[in-house]
Amino acid sequence: MSVTDATPAAPLGRPIRGPSAVGGDWRRLLHLTRLLAVTDFRLRFFGSVLGYLWQVMHPLLLFGVLYVVFTEVVPFGDDVRFYAVALLSGIVLFVFLSEATSQSVQSLIEREPIVRKIQFPRLAVPLSIVLTALFRLGLNLMVVFVFLLISGGSVRLSWLELPLLVALLIVLAAGLAALLSALFVHFRDVKPIWDVLLQVIFYASPIFYPITIVTSVRLREILMCNPFAAIIQQFRHAVIDPSHPSAAEAIGGGARLLIPLGLIALIAVVGFRYFDRKAPRIAEEL
Amino acid sequence: MNEPDAPAIVVDDVSKRFRIPGERVTTIKERALHPLRSIPAHELTAVDHVSFSVAPGEFFALVGRNGSGKSTLLKCLAGIYAVDDGRMFANGRMSTFIELGVGFNMELPARENVIINATMLGLSPRQARERLETVLDFAELEEFADLRLKNYSSGMLVRLAFAVMIQVDADILLIDEVLAVGDAAFQQKCYDEFARLRHEGRTVVLVTHDMVAAERFCDRALLLEHGQTVMMGDPREVGLRYMELNFAREGGEDEAKREANRFGDGRGEILEAWFEDGDSQRAAALPAGGRCSFVARARFSEDVEDPILGFALQNADRQTVLAASTLALGPQLGSFRAGEEVTLRIAFDNIFRPDRYYATPAIAHAGTGFAWIDRRERFAEVVVTGASRTDAIVDLPYDVTLDRGIVDRARSEVAG
Repeated sequence: MSVTDATPAAPLGRPIRGPSAVGGDWRRLLHLTRLLAVTDFRLRFFGSVLGYLWQVMHPLLLFGVLYVVFTEVVPFGDDVRFYAVALLSGIVLFVFLSEATSQSVQSLIEREPIVRKIQFPRLAVPLSIVLTALFRLGLNLMVVFVFLLISGGSVRLSWLELPLLVALLIVLAAGLAALLSALFVHFRDVKPIWDVLLQVIFYASPIFYPITIVTSVRLREILMCNPFAAIIQQFRHAVIDPSHPSAAEAIGGGARLLIPLGLIALIAVVGFRYFDRKAPRIAEEL
Repeated sequence: MNEPDAPAIVVDDVSKRFRIPGERVTTIKERALHPLRSIPAHELTAVDHVSFSVAPGEFFALVGRNGSGKSTLLKCLAGIYAVDDGRMFANGRMSTFIELGVGFNMELPARENVIINATMLGLSPRQARERLETVLDFAELEEFADLRLKNYSSGMLVRLAFAVMIQVDADILLIDEVLAVGDAAFQQKCYDEFARLRHEGRTVVLVTHDMVAAERFCDRALLLEHGQTVMMGDPREVGLRYMELNFAREGGEDEAKREANRFGDGRGEILEAWFEDGDSQRAAALPAGGRCSFVARARFSEDVEDPILGFALQNADRQTVLAASTLALGPQLGSFRAGEEVTLRIAFDNIFRPDRYYATPAIAHAGTGFAWIDRRERFAEVVVTGASRTDAIVDLPYDVTLDRGIVDRARSEVAG
């Protein structure tokens, strides 16, 4: 009872395709990403009485420790305007990147119950993790702005660069999240490797130190090729105080910014393409 | 999108293979150490060139034993697995229920879980919110809408999940043994709901191994075994075939154990025993309701006077449902010489309920005591196939009459 010989496609209806990253349905991807992210976020809220507070607490505690160390023990920040706010902003951005990526690594495994039981655009799983992290970034950035204004910073037109910088950060994080989550299905040691790499990124980016402290121009330019470092640097320049060198200055010329930007694009393309290629088989390979 | 004459589902020569690595390489280190070693993997063909189509409004069952590929096929239809060969088409909005309450989170209240679950099943969040009240109403759980799921009883959970499923409003429902949960009353409610959906013109594809349900509710059934289509058509016939498959495979008790349950003085030997169907063909499975026979072959090794040959038939619960012997022919069978071979044939109506049955043939000396010549316990077995409507051990033929008298008006008026 083969129907191979029947007239193709037309009277048979819509072809059933296997699972994919996007599933040809952007709206559903969007709905599910938001649903998963909001649920996740709310769950943490529900879990403890001080839910909201804990959301902000983690970066603040890290900030407290680093602030004491680098103002009292090793005086890094003396010659930098708004060192405290600069430090806090670095931490807040790093916490976003770290959460969005390291929690994505195992996300497909953790969502196994739905991955194996319903059809949906698979990309919603890592993207929802990025979105949850983004909610927290929003809360944390409010704290940064409050600090900035209290410390005497002023509202400036260059704040308008903020959405662009956050957008770049999201693209970077989402590309990494897609890549890592799909890789983890096959290679379980992606997790420890990525944990170490995050540490490297933490120290190689101007988070607790101002980039000006790196005296070797060559080294500074190399460090700024790291897209995350470039984003932080530009954030400080545009949002906190113009006395922080812009990313273009730090890397030694606006044209060179194409390197970190290119890297972001590359990571995103590689991440999504790899995820897309793996998506049809994720359910059976978990 | 919905073309009037198009089938709801078309499955055209679909195959699905799983790669099962013999030695799974899961770490980069292992990969790095043995970069050239090909991963030894064998392929498991879970669905093997299956084709069928389901008409709109049809209730279609996919049946088969565990591991036959029926659930895999459903997941392919649902778009959860990618197929390796073949094409599939659907006409209309499809929703999959492989598990009740996908995405339920115990920490959140019912209200939110309904929205999560409904969105997962394919509604937009707005549609999900619009139907929230209907769902809670159907589940009769309005007063518990703000209770966290972890405080729900399992019965309430199932009701809630089922209510969402019904309200999702898909044209094609793919259902995988969801109904295995819940009590009989709940299952009945499920099937009633499915019947209603079907009357509304929805198409249902149900994966099940409950042939009774398949026969009662489905229009057609497809029987899979090792991923291949064994049979497709009338659920009743498919059910018979399924029972045969199901029981024919599992072997009986092993030789040693059977020898241990053998008694006798060795003056004769039961060589072989089997069942035959109505056409005198040997059969491992017999359809309920037909004529059949038990046959045993025996040989005497010494001269024996007036032996009795017979057998007892026991069901899986070891209840003896039939005991028959040559005593029915009269007490004196005469003398048998050493070396003589006999064939005992006992025909009876198969009025037994579907089950597995064991035959214990025996030869004994005449007399009141049991002096066995040879008795081989549970020596032959047979499966009776079919669907039992009751839990009676036997399905005795009977006649029913119901006489209705004239209503005694005066009496009913007094009573009223």
